[in-house]
Amino acid sequence: MKQQLFEQRHRATWQALGTQLETLERGQVDASACKGFAADYRRLCQHLALAQARGYSNHLIDELEHLALRGHQQFYRHSSPLGAQLIGFLLVGFPRLVRAEWRHVLAASLLFFGSLLGMGLLVYAVPELVYSLVSPDQVANMEQMYDPDASRLGRFGERDSGDDWVMFGYYIMNNIGIAFQTFASGLLLGLGSLFFLLFNGLMIGAVAGHLTQIGYGQPFWSFVIGHGAFELTAIALAGAAGFKLGWALLAPGRLPRGTALRQAAAVSVRLIGGVIMLLLLAAFIEAYWSSMTFATPTVKYAVGAGLWVLVLAYLLLSGRDQHAPD
Amino acid sequence: MPPSLTSPSPPAAAALLDTRYRVETPEGIDLTLRPAGLVPRALAFSVDLAIRGVFLLLVYLGLSLLGQFGMGLAAVLLFLVTWWYMVLFEVLNQGRSPGKQLLGLRVVHDDGTPIGWPASLTRNLLRFVDLLPFAYTFGLLSCLYHPHFKRLGDIAAGTLVVYRDLPPARPNLPEAQPQQAPFALSLAEQRALLGFAERAEGLSAARRAELAGLLAEPLDLPPEQAERHLHGIARGLLGPTP
Repeated sequence: MKQQLFEQRHRATWQALGTQLETLERGQVDASACKGFAADYRRLCQHLALAQARGYSNHLIDELEHLALRGHQQFYRHSSPLGAQLIGFLLVGFPRLVRAEWRHVLAASLLFFGSLLGMGLLVYAVPELVYSLVSPDQVANMEQMYDPDASRLGRFGERDSGDDWVMFGYYIMNNIGIAFQTFASGLLLGLGSLFFLLFNGLMIGAVAGHLTQIGYGQPFWSFVIGHGAFELTAIALAGAAGFKLGWALLAPGRLPRGTALRQAAAVSVRLIGGVIMLLLLAAFIEAYWSSMTFATPTVKYAVGAGLWVLVLAYLLLSGRDQHAPD
Repeated sequence: MPPSLTSPSPPAAAALLDTRYRVETPEGIDLTLRPAGLVPRALAFSVDLAIRGVFLLLVYLGLSLLGQFGMGLAAVLLFLVTWWYMVLFEVLNQGRSPGKQLLGLRVVHDDGTPIGWPASLTRNLLRFVDLLPFAYTFGLLSCLYHPHFKRLGDIAAGTLVVYRDLPPARPNLPEAQPQQAPFALSLAEQRALLGFAERAEGLSAARRAELAGLLAEPLDLPPEQAERHLHGIARGLLGPTP
C-alpha cells in the first residue's frame, strides 16, 4: 500500500485518538469516553509498526511515534486508589516491611540506641565528657530548657506562652529533615547513615546523661519519654533504610549494582513513608502532650511507657495474621 | 537498566553520537525518548530554586505579621517547600516542575511511563546526596558520566529526565511528476529518498543540488536533472495525493 493511501485511510482514527489524548492529558477522565481507548491505542501501535516495516517517510513515523508515546504515557499510568492503599500500608504493610528488613533494622537500632545508651552512661559517670561533644553554649541552653522550675518544657520552654504551633512546625522541619538526611546519605555506601545514626545517638546520649547527672532527670525524662517512642524509632528506621541502599551497592549479589540499587530504593522509600508517619505523630505528641506540665511526671512516665509498648507491638505484631485488612 | 528495556546496543560509533533512548513497549514497538543533558536540567533547577526563594520570602514577610502562629506555619511551609515541592509537582503535574515546564522537560520512569509517588520521592530525597560535598558536585559528575545523563537520585529511582517533544509539523513536498525508481530500493534507501524530499525546504538550493548530484551517476542522469528526478521518485513512493 502506498503511503498516501495508508494515511488517507487512517488519518481520521489518528486524529480521534489525538483528541482523546488531549482530554486525558488535561485530566478530564470520562469513563464512557475512554471505552475504546485501549483498542485505539493498540491499533495505532500496529500502524506504527506497519509504517516502519514498509519504509514510509520519517515524518509519518515521527508523527505516529509521538502519538504512541503520548498514548503509552496515558495507558500505563501507575495510578491506584491512594487512600485505601495508604491505610493498608499503615495498618499492616509497614510493620511487615520492617520485619522483612530486620537485618538492617537491627543493625541501625543497635548502632543508634547503643551509642545513645553508651554515651549516656559515660557522661553520667564522667561528667566532663559532655563538653567533648556539645559546646558549652548548647549545654547551658539545654539546662535552661529542662530547668525543673520552668512551667513549660522542651525546646521552646523559655517562651512562656509559647504557641504549640511554633513547636509543631519546628519539630516537623527539624526531625523529618534529620530522618531524610539519615536515609539519603546511605547512598554513600551506607557511610552517611552510619555517621548520622552515631552522631545523633551520641549527642542525645550526652545531653541525657548530663541532664540526669546534674539532677534535671525528672523534667527531662518525663518530657522525652512520650514522643521518644516515635521519634527515636523513626530515626533508627530511617538509618535502616539508608543501610539498605548502601548494602545494595556494597553487596549487590547476583544483580548488577544499578539494578540492585533500584530494587533496594523501591523498598526503602516505602520504609521512609512509614518513618514520615511516625515523625508526624512524634511532632504532634511533642508539641501537644510532652510540653504540658499539668500532668504529673508519674502520669507522663506511664503514658510514655504505654506509647513505647504500643510502637513496639505495632512493629512486631501488626500484620502477622494472614487475614489482616490489606 | 534491565536489558529487555533497551534495543540491542548499536555499534560504538553510533552510540557516541546518538543519545536517544529506546523503550520497547508491551505492544512490540519502540518508543524513542530524548534524555536531557546537564545544561537544560541545571537551568530548570535554577528556575525552580528562584521560584522557591521568592515564594518563601513573600511567605515570611506575610506570616511574620501573624506572630507565633505564623512562624509555626512558616516552619511547616519551609519543610514542605524544601522536601516536597519537586515531588508534588512531578507527580501531580505529569512529571513537570515549573522549571522543567519552562525548559520543556519532564520526568518519566525508565520504561517511559509517567512518574509516580515512590520514584519521585526517592529521586528527590536522594538529591541530598547529589548536593554533596558542595554545590551539586556528585550530581554533576554522575550526570556528565552517565550515558543518559542521570544523577545519583535518578539512578536509584529508575527515572529519566527527557525532552517533551512537540508534534512534528507537516512538511511540504516539492512539486514533481511522480516517477518509478529505476531499480528496487531497500527500505533504508527508500526512507533516505523520502527524507530528502521532506527536508528539501530546509536545505539551500546549492546543497540540494550537491546532494542530488551524488546520485546522478547511478540514476544515469545529468547532475542538473537529478534533484527533480529524486523528488519525482519520492512522489512516486508516496502514491497519488488524494
